[in-house]
Amino acid sequence: MRPAMQFVDLAGSFKSDISVSNEVTTADAKSIMQMTMLAATCGSKLRVRARGRDAKDALEAIRELVEEKLFGEPPGEKAASVQKG
Amino acid sequence: MEIRKGIGVSPGIAIARCMVIDSKDYRIPRRSILDSQRAKEILRVRRAFAIAIKDLTDLSERKHFEEGKIKDIFAVHMRFLRDKTFRKRIMDFIDKERVTAEYAVSTILREIASHFEGIDDPYISERAADIYDIERRLLVHLLGKVKEEVEHLREEVVIMAHDLTPTQTASFNRTFVKGFATEAGGRTSHTAIISKTMGIPAVVALGDMTSGINSESIVIIDGNRGVVVIDPDEETLKQYRNYAQQVSLFVHQLDELRDKPAVTRDEVKVQLLGNIEFPEESAMVRDKGGEGIGLYRTEFLYLYGGTEPTEEDHYQAYAQAVKVFPHEPVVIRTMDLGADKLPQTIRQTPEANPVLGLRSIRYCLQNLGLFKTQLRAILRASVLGDVRVMFPLITNLQELRQAKMILRDVMEDLDEYAAPYNAKIPVGIMIETPSSALTSNYLATESDFFSIGTNDLIQYTLAVDRGNEHVSTLFSAAEPAIVRILRSVIHDAGKAGIGLSICGEVASDPEYIMLLLGMGVRTLSLAPPMIPEIKKIIRSVSIEDCNMLARRVATLDSQRQIKNLLRDAASQILPGQL
Repeated sequence: MRPAMQFVDLAGSFKSDISVSNEVTTADAKSIMQMTMLAATCGSKLRVRARGRDAKDALEAIRELVEEKLFGEPPGEKAASVQKG
Repeated sequence: MEIRKGIGVSPGIAIARCMVIDSKDYRIPRRSILDSQRAKEILRVRRAFAIAIKDLTDLSERKHFEEGKIKDIFAVHMRFLRDKTFRKRIMDFIDKERVTAEYAVSTILREIASHFEGIDDPYISERAADIYDIERRLLVHLLGKVKEEVEHLREEVVIMAHDLTPTQTASFNRTFVKGFATEAGGRTSHTAIISKTMGIPAVVALGDMTSGINSESIVIIDGNRGVVVIDPDEETLKQYRNYAQQVSLFVHQLDELRDKPAVTRDEVKVQLLGNIEFPEESAMVRDKGGEGIGLYRTEFLYLYGGTEPTEEDHYQAYAQAVKVFPHEPVVIRTMDLGADKLPQTIRQTPEANPVLGLRSIRYCLQNLGLFKTQLRAILRASVLGDVRVMFPLITNLQELRQAKMILRDVMEDLDEYAAPYNAKIPVGIMIETPSSALTSNYLATESDFFSIGTNDLIQYTLAVDRGNEHVSTLFSAAEPAIVRILRSVIHDAGKAGIGLSICGEVASDPEYIMLLLGMGVRTLSLAPPMIPEIKKIIRSVSIEDCNMLARRVATLDSQRQIKNLLRDAASQILPGQL
């Protein structure tokens, strides 16, 4: 739930309407219900759309969260998952 | 208007707005609302969310919730509670489907949870538990409201439920609850017992009923005919109001008899006692004009706790009943359950034929720990009033002697602790098997009293299970065999000079009262609400007439003839009421 929470919190900080879709369905990025039900696991491909005045910033921030910060997972946990894998 | 047929378990007519009770484990029945109530239900959802958010904030501010994981879980809950699309989905559901707030919350949350459960990834599927948690959090507020409504009723209602638990019925404000209707249950269900105790009409076994019901519906519960009418039309309502008035007039007339003695026209005194199951019922016996407890069934102690009752559980229950009747007899019957009905903790392997199996006194004699616990409590309570102990299902003298020996053992135990008890506590037995009835002259020499349990006696004598619909019509107290066996037991008790009472259902059947009196019975123990009616019959007859009737019955050789004769005699005393 933690990544979903971060995603929703981040999306909520922008004024733009932001949606996330997979092949099947589209979710409101500001709704934790819809985002969790999108059920994206590691490796899923998602399309993020933003419409509004701060749409560009929103997309950039979301890209950063997903691709660079990796949802801010602390290094310890990450190491553990690598070992397991 | 919808008419449903069930089993009437407690007589009377109730007409009132219905209140539907949800079951404890949050399985919410679907319940429709009117268009005009949608706004109210949506407001209830908003409030439940607001309170849940506040609770959660308070909780997370407490120190021990600072730890990461738990805080995360609460953070997720919080985000759900603040999620507008989530809330909207619930509200839209109410708006579109016209259902109650609790049903909408439960349905939507369960939809979401089952979505998670269906995903083939343990990390996500386990999230369903979070959703159930949120559901619980919201429902506590929505249902808490209902619970409160039941406790703080301001107007008369009839209660409709799938089934009622003892805890639920205990929380009702009895002044305003006018009747019960349940989907489940039978003649011996908790609802049946409690409604009889409260003296309010009840119908059970109605099948699915709460689903389509409107919470503002007017409902008629006809406990006499076992019928429930939902949203009656004007004509039906009028008919039932008249009928209810007649019934209540009759009951009112009967209640005026409360302080009058149960004596026949020729001044023969009859003692009327009450049969009770729960200690609270003793007050009802007193209110209906009963002169003590003739049969205190103690099985509830074993059935409702889930575990074996402690000595203190027993003692408290007995003390409560005796407090109402400090100077009158209180006959406590020891545990009368079959092994099949015992709580899980003390249950044994299933039997092929439980009615003829290890039950009642037989079970007690093989499980002395359980038996002694109860006897100790009865003995301790014996100093509080005129407490008497009664053993059920005795079949021969040896069993009676064994049971009495154990009672003496327990007395010796109490002596060691210097605990006070009545060493001369009267010890009686139920006569409810043909074996004990046929040897009642022997049993009378070692018993202080007999109580004839006609229900079991008829079942065992006629070999008829009255719960079996294919043969239940064969179950009749008017069989010549039953009349003869009763006469012989009454004779033996009289000859030995010991007490005798009838505690089966025959004692509350208006048609049999004259026969019983004519055969020499002077003590009856019956369901408390029936006491006034039976008293009225007693006050209307003379022993002379009863004796004559009993002599005529003795000459008849068929159930039909006996039944007709008794019915004719009774209808002459209470014309139009039978």
